[in-house]
Amino acid sequence: MTPSEHSESVTEEPVVEETLVEEVSIDGMCGVY
Amino acid sequence: MTEREPDRGGDTGQAFDPGRPYRRSPSVALRPEPFGALVYHFGTRKLSFLKTPQLVAVVTGLERHPDVHAAIDAAGVAQAQRPAYLRALAGLAEAGTIEPRSRTSEPETSEAR
Amino acid sequence: MKLTEHFQYGLNSPICLTWELTYACNLACVHCLSSSGRRDPRELTTAECKSVVDELRKMQVFYVNVGGGEPTVRPDFWELLDYSVDSGVGVKFSTNGIKLDAARAAQLARTDYVDVQISLDGATAGVNDAVRGPGSYDTAMRALENLASAGFAQPKISVVMTRQNVDQLDEFKAIADKFGAQLRITRLRPSGRGADVWDELHPTAAQQRQLYDWLVARGDGVLTGDSFFHLSAYGQALPGLNLCGAGRVVCLIDPVGDVYACPFAIHENFLAGNVRSPGGFETVWRASELFAELRQPQSGGACRSCGHYDACQGGCMAAKFFTGLPLDGPDPECVRGFGEQALAARGDSTVLPRSEVDHSRSAARNSRVNAREPVPLTLTAPPRRPDRTCDASPLAGVELV
Repeated sequence: MTPSEHSESVTEEPVVEETLVEEVSIDGMCGVY
Repeated sequence: MTEREPDRGGDTGQAFDPGRPYRRSPSVALRPEPFGALVYHFGTRKLSFLKTPQLVAVVTGLERHPDVHAAIDAAGVAQAQRPAYLRALAGLAEAGTIEPRSRTSEPETSEAR
Repeated sequence: MKLTEHFQYGLNSPICLTWELTYACNLACVHCLSSSGRRDPRELTTAECKSVVDELRKMQVFYVNVGGGEPTVRPDFWELLDYSVDSGVGVKFSTNGIKLDAARAAQLARTDYVDVQISLDGATAGVNDAVRGPGSYDTAMRALENLASAGFAQPKISVVMTRQNVDQLDEFKAIADKFGAQLRITRLRPSGRGADVWDELHPTAAQQRQLYDWLVARGDGVLTGDSFFHLSAYGQALPGLNLCGAGRVVCLIDPVGDVYACPFAIHENFLAGNVRSPGGFETVWRASELFAELRQPQSGGACRSCGHYDACQGGCMAAKFFTGLPLDGPDPECVRGFGEQALAARGDSTVLPRSEVDHSRSAARNSRVNAREPVPLTLTAPPRRPDRTCDASPLAGVELV
């Protein structure tokens, strides 16, 4: 499953300008549920 | 989630057009934070982070303006920042966080969920 | 600053949280993280639960992950579900399916902002029932059928990954596809009754690698409960927040109103407060000493020198705690093997932390000096030992469909 363009991946991004939006998938944060 | 229109986010093929009226998607909850705002899309389960108070103002103001440009103006975004904001909003449209609204609809008085 | 950096310092409100509604359960799964079975007589009342929902609404918590025990054995479950979604707090609830007959499935299909998650730990009855008890596989399948027939869109199937089911990943995916469900896999932790079976059930190092490879190759659309971030040290980070959110982004509210850092840490060391105290949940979240401590910047401790710390963040606090490892050291399942080393280095007389909170219905759990004694995994039907402190049978009102 590859991270989408907007997702918070661990790769370095060129520090041109700070992005205004960060997007990430969250699934309960270790919740069993 | 219930069996209704698949709420996968996204603009169903329509390109982002800042000359049109938009609004925050009703499937999205927006919560101001000291660092901007957290946005949670109930359909896609995606969490977004709006990183400036101005962007938050633009997104929450969309429903009150005739087009995106007006919302950006009203939020006091500097000219030099405009392209970045337009790019960010295009991304939000693609993610389903914001969506086109009908030109004929009255500005909605929806509360932030 | 990246979003995850903000998260590490904690948020004014949780993004979501786990809410265990009851310790009562019709099953007795061998690995139950909450050691559930018997209802606790001090359970939050319906009115108290609604007050909690009111607080969550005010704090703008986006959704609650409801579980237990088996949440649907609470007679007011459906009332609380409606109250929550009507208030704007989404509900995702986890169930073994026992109450999901055709009528309830249809009701759920009509309800907005609700997600249903069916627990399943084997793609076959043999593998599943060895962990969850006789008949539990059939119950889960029936619930999935009912949800599909009712047109409930995309329930989740939640699988705890074990040594016994890692080879069944493709079959789990097939079951999910068959029922129009989404597969979710989560990590087994040595929490609750899980402590008794962790040695025998947790995936081997080779299986962890197998799991990681499967997620990378075939895991598109598979949820992970953000629980495999320790595997990120293998290479490409898995999607998700990849950090421990306990006390920072999420927490647990238990059936008697106790607030813990996370559902895998039901132990007094991770107890932050109680919602019945003045100021309610909001005050616990914002002012508890435990949470303030967790929101301090983490240094990495013994893991600091490992190049993978940025990806794995030292793994899971609860997994370390309940295997008797220091919290500032490697996760017991560290993919580089440092956890295994640390486990081996524990003295033979190491006494593992045990929670006082135990609502198991079977005979008292084995008291184990160290984690090396095998526990038989075959289940007999749980004995109906009357519980004198509890007025209501936990199975009251349950029609075994």
